[in-house]
Amino acid sequence: MDKLLKILNENARLSNAQIAAMLGRTESDVAAAIDRYEKEGIIRGYRAVVDWDKTDRQFVTARIEIKVTPKKGQGFEEIAEAITQFDEVETVYLMSGGYDIAATVTGKTFQEVAMFVAHRLAPLDSVQSTATHFVLRRYKERGIMIKDEPVDERGMGSL
Amino acid sequence: MRDYKDILSPKIQALKPSGIRRFFDIANEMEGVISLGVGEPDFKTPWAIREAGIRSLEQSKTWYTANAGLQELKSEICRYLERRFHLSYDDRREIMITVGGSEAIDACIRAFVEEGDEVLIPEPSFVAYHPITVLAGGVPVAIPTKQEDHFRLTPEDLKAHITEKTKLLVLPYPNNPTGGVMRREHLEAIAEVLRDTDIMVLSDEIYAELTYGSRHVSIANIEGMKERTVVVNGFSKTYAMTGWRLGYAVGPAPVMEQMLKIHQYAIMCAPTTSQYAAVEAARNCDDAIASMADEYDMRRRLIVDGFNRIGLPCFEPEGAFYVFPSIQSTGMTSEEFCESLLYHEKVAVVPGTAFGESGEGFFRASYCYSVNHIVEALRRIEHFLQGLQK
Repeated sequence: MDKLLKILNENARLSNAQIAAMLGRTESDVAAAIDRYEKEGIIRGYRAVVDWDKTDRQFVTARIEIKVTPKKGQGFEEIAEAITQFDEVETVYLMSGGYDIAATVTGKTFQEVAMFVAHRLAPLDSVQSTATHFVLRRYKERGIMIKDEPVDERGMGSL
Repeated sequence: MRDYKDILSPKIQALKPSGIRRFFDIANEMEGVISLGVGEPDFKTPWAIREAGIRSLEQSKTWYTANAGLQELKSEICRYLERRFHLSYDDRREIMITVGGSEAIDACIRAFVEEGDEVLIPEPSFVAYHPITVLAGGVPVAIPTKQEDHFRLTPEDLKAHITEKTKLLVLPYPNNPTGGVMRREHLEAIAEVLRDTDIMVLSDEIYAELTYGSRHVSIANIEGMKERTVVVNGFSKTYAMTGWRLGYAVGPAPVMEQMLKIHQYAIMCAPTTSQYAAVEAARNCDDAIASMADEYDMRRRLIVDGFNRIGLPCFEPEGAFYVFPSIQSTGMTSEEFCESLLYHEKVAVVPGTAFGESGEGFFRASYCYSVNHIVEALRRIEHFLQGLQK
């Protein structure tokens, strides 16, 4: 894997100059590589990982397990595509195992998410059943710990 | 109240506590300090190693091991040294397991040094060689190294410091605090000087796995040098295992025999749990070393580039996990600079003088920190420098 992608995946806010230094490449080299990754759709976007619990935003997330009847010739593509169209839906994955599609849905309240599932998701053609699991607490998101930095305990003895 | 000054050994009372510790103690009292100070990895010990330690506890392997260490571990380390550095040692007679590299350094110096013997110590370097030499009754002789020589020991400087009393040369490379390394050709030149003498070498290779650009070469690999070298290494830096306290020494059997007595009486054996964990480290963790070294390398480039950019010229370190930027342009002493930086911007770095007088005009920054942490520290140091110019 290109180390550039690894660096950006961990911290997308480093400047091109900083990344260039880390990789021992030139700044314009890095800029061109990022540009290419964006054009080719390898990099799909950059977003902050926010701990909404620390803000005044009302925010509820649920994991919805969806069982579907695949359509002839379409498989799961059509229904997955349909689910991605909702703004409330954050992630959509095709799964192996006991159900077919996992979607993450966000809303202001439990009620709002529940209504979304009942009125928008469940009635979709080919959806057999849904199971809604609300997220109670987030500990880690995209590899980042959702808690205050632990105190650095090092340096108490080193010479 | 008794006056303990009259009772305690004058030699011990005259020892200065480490300059690093003094600085940390100030920093630890302050709120909101970010540090580039510590000399230990920020990585966790790889899980497989921790698991091996836990398994040994579950199996109640909690007795002393043999004084020289578990045979299984000694064999595994010898295979590791052969595989990684082409060093061949007898896994029964030429190796002993110690409490960190530190204990191996102590045992080695004590095994050689008699009252009045001189020990050559290239500086800046790790803070322990000097006091341990003094404790052994020896005379530490500093050999200042220079930035223009990439902080390497040169054969000329070595020659100039050898006397009839010289017993031991400490070779601290890859170097803490400068990040300097000795490549094969530099070691050849040192070996050339030593060949006509009876001087022994204590080669502290604790950072051997952390070199950037070229593999570490041990002086024991140079023609004729193995018989006059004790190599010290350990698990702390290589596998992020500082708290496990595990190191080792390899060298000629008659030397190991004497060092082992010191170890036997002072320590008995290295921690058993750590030894079982270390078997796993030496046997199966080459990949973990590579991925940590890779991460250090990226941070190294970032921090070197950062210091050069903000006007603190920084020699490109080729080993260990430290940079040693020059602050001569500020006109301040190392102590003044570090103290002022700590109070004004709450960044803790270590004055170069903590590693010997020749460290004046420099400070040591460690890059055992996340990229975000390094970026923030650089930002504060840049702000500090801008304040100085006003």
